[in-house]
Amino acid sequence: MTVVSVLAYALLAAGAVLALVRLALGPSLLDRVVATDTLLVIISAGLAVYAALERDPTLVPVLVVVALLAFVGSVSIARYVGGMLLESATGDGRDVGLPVAAEEREGRS
Amino acid sequence: MRMLEAVADVVAAGCLLTGAFLCLTAGLGLLRFPDVLSRMHAGTKPQVLGVLLVMVGAAIRLHGWSATWMLLLVAVFSLLTAPVSAHMISRVAYRRRHVRRDLLVVDELHTGAPGRPAGKDGPVGDEPADARPSGGPG
Repeated sequence: MTVVSVLAYALLAAGAVLALVRLALGPSLLDRVVATDTLLVIISAGLAVYAALERDPTLVPVLVVVALLAFVGSVSIARYVGGMLLESATGDGRDVGLPVAAEEREGRS
Repeated sequence: MRMLEAVADVVAAGCLLTGAFLCLTAGLGLLRFPDVLSRMHAGTKPQVLGVLLVMVGAAIRLHGWSATWMLLLVAVFSLLTAPVSAHMISRVAYRRRHVRRDLLVVDELHTGAPGRPAGKDGPVGDEPADARPSGGPG
């Protein structure tokens, strides 16, 4: 089981680091939302792997909370950005404070 | 009975390792894919299949029905919420033009010429369905 635990934690840590890199790079808010969602899923998978390897069921309720939190967070940010789009007169949110879209900034759309 | 436990441990270890590997592929896809929709495609792999595999592995390893039911709750909840949040994020991403349109094979939301004002000849496609009609009050 030691080999399994080292391998599983290494894979999870590599995935979490890559998701963190995407979270830092951006380029848009929605990329960060997707990266945060993936990061929370990887964290809950890590908690479940710990609970399974140590046969420790005390961490299982935390998994429910993390799953709820990931859903509520991503949905509320999506609703927030959609509401700002509804408020804006030009339709792309520039006039209410959203930055220019990533595809227009890079000149490909 | 010892034999059965050894087999269960091997199956659980296989499930846990496959789930962890799916988390690694999600990180790789998030880093390498070009736009929000394809990053979401990569990032949702561990959210469904990876979490299901890890939950199966944990349910095999943990003794006691309370932990198993709670893990089942987490699995069902992630299955229910993944499509909802993916739908909302991708809709906003399309409206915000965070989508590489040149990479799309079929673009069913895009019904008009780009840059034309919406409302005259029907919707352009990337404005919200509940947007105010152009020219109206507000």
